[in-house]
Amino acid sequence: MLRSYLGKRLAAILPVLFGVSVIIFLLMHLAPGDVTTVLLGPQATEQDRVALRHTLGLDQPLPVQYGRWLERTAEGDFGTSIATSLPVTALILPRFVNTIILTVASLFLAVLIGYSAGLFAALRARSWFDRSMMTVTLIFGSTPPFWLGLLLVLLFALKLQWLPVSGMIDMAGDGGVLDTLHHLVLPAVTTALAPAAIIARMVRSSILESLGRPHVLVARAKGLRRRDLLRRHVVLNALPPIMTITGLQLGYLLGGALFSEVVFAWPGLGSLLYSSITARDMPVVQAATLLIALTFVLVNILVDLVNVLIDPRLQES
Amino acid sequence: MANVAVAVAEVVLEVADLCTDFAVGRQTIRVVDRVSFSLRRGQTTAIVGESGSGKTVTALSLLQLIEPPGRISGGTIRYRGRDLRPLDETAMQQVRGARIGMVFQDPLSSLNPSLRIGTQIAETLLAHERISSAEAERRAVELLVRVGVPDAAARARDYPHHFSGGMRQRVLIAMAIACNPEIIIADEPTTALDVTVQAKILRLLHDLQQAMGASLLMITHDLGVVAALADEVVVMYAGRVVERADVDRLFHAPLHPYTRALLDCAIGLDDDRSTPLTPIPGAPPDLRRRPAGCQFAPRCPVAIAKCHRLDPPLLPMNPGQDVACFVAQGDADG
Repeated sequence: MLRSYLGKRLAAILPVLFGVSVIIFLLMHLAPGDVTTVLLGPQATEQDRVALRHTLGLDQPLPVQYGRWLERTAEGDFGTSIATSLPVTALILPRFVNTIILTVASLFLAVLIGYSAGLFAALRARSWFDRSMMTVTLIFGSTPPFWLGLLLVLLFALKLQWLPVSGMIDMAGDGGVLDTLHHLVLPAVTTALAPAAIIARMVRSSILESLGRPHVLVARAKGLRRRDLLRRHVVLNALPPIMTITGLQLGYLLGGALFSEVVFAWPGLGSLLYSSITARDMPVVQAATLLIALTFVLVNILVDLVNVLIDPRLQES
Repeated sequence: MANVAVAVAEVVLEVADLCTDFAVGRQTIRVVDRVSFSLRRGQTTAIVGESGSGKTVTALSLLQLIEPPGRISGGTIRYRGRDLRPLDETAMQQVRGARIGMVFQDPLSSLNPSLRIGTQIAETLLAHERISSAEAERRAVELLVRVGVPDAAARARDYPHHFSGGMRQRVLIAMAIACNPEIIIADEPTTALDVTVQAKILRLLHDLQQAMGASLLMITHDLGVVAALADEVVVMYAGRVVERADVDRLFHAPLHPYTRALLDCAIGLDDDRSTPLTPIPGAPPDLRRRPAGCQFAPRCPVAIAKCHRLDPPLLPMNPGQDVACFVAQGDADG
């Protein structure tokens, strides 16, 4: 049962990726700007531009361009970067690892902060802690990460000088793990706060909902200790919506990491994507977006699987 | 059933002047108002009354399961002579499930959908006894056999959604009796079930109670259940006890006008259709705006002027029968 469900979910990935690639392709072509200006500079002659467009295949109609890209991608060839002439795969993979480091660190923070704040707020519902927590999460949940990042830089890097502004160059650099962590703090916090706030609110409401269910009263009447009661009858049943929102927030984290990477000069997929979009480096943009979309979809399938394992009723439907 | 032993059976639980309030906005509503009754060893006491008369809140108060905005605000709950009210949450955890087991109203929502049946029964045992989880799981299967769940060993590994309503109620009963409690509280245990299943569940509860020698507090609005099971009956109206009597007296010589009205609207199987049903005129009072005096006075056919001013105290009238009614107490001066 579980296997066929998994098969169905995995099969649904392809149409999603196809859709994402079409949209990105069209968006990139809708946006103003020209790759030849980027490559040849503003002084280049019209003749040179036409020649370059022909070499890159950009003079073909859009469906043909897309078709060619699709054909190559299907064979596992993501092409070469227009701006750097490097193979896209070699360009993207190390960047992707860096982004994963930042995203995992942010996810860890978001989950840690979100789950504990949400749980405590729910267990002390309508207390001053709960009320102030809900206000704080509302503020952080609606703060754009790039702005928050700049504020944090101002405070912790420039005023207090506790943490570096940027300068993460290479994971395998001389600094080792400690140096990496040192550079990781500000971007990770910046990326994590908004998702942490949203997760906290979701955790609070779903724990509250779970607390009010009749079977919790029954479990109390059995004389269960508070710890067992919370773990087995409240938190366990509140998990599915919490897991789902956490999975969805991962998408936001990947997106937020993109901004943080730019603000903090983190050498990840986000800053690569940013520079590639500016340079109109189509193959890199396509491959990076697909990779992000794939990660997002896979994580959400994983989350749904965990939910199925928690709620036995889902296994049968 | 048999009330021969009434005089000798010792009192296991004695509730006196129990009050439970709920805060609604700035107002405090008294949902349970000076309720007193007692449970005797091996006997069944029924609390009857309409919906909203405070029966369930009374039951939950006994186990101190009232959550804010609710609060037990007065009275004593003596279990074997010791007042449970001053006990803290940890001490109450040792009473709940171990000394006093409770069966709830709605078996469909009373089980955790994410835990196996056997696990949920074993939980009660593990909370109160020093046994291994393997031992607890084994005893859970025994309990399922005891409450009449067929193929118990296999069913223990199933989840609640595989069980019918009646079977789930059996599981809830198994959880309530797991630690051999001295008192079983059953809060409308058959209300949510099919008629055919109701009788079986009541029979099961009665048989288990007899076998265990436990006291049963049966909360119900069904006078048929009362007649079938109870030794003693407590009639509640608007959060107060209006009459308390042995079951025979209650059915044959009810003293309170509300008790009489309640009996009049019960449908008996031997009634022929020409006997008109007599509904009680009016509605129970809004607890936020209680009338002065006797709560039933506005609907009472025999109320006198005094009833609208003063609270009638619950006084013994006959051996084994107390009533809170000025008229029944022979007080004619209004």
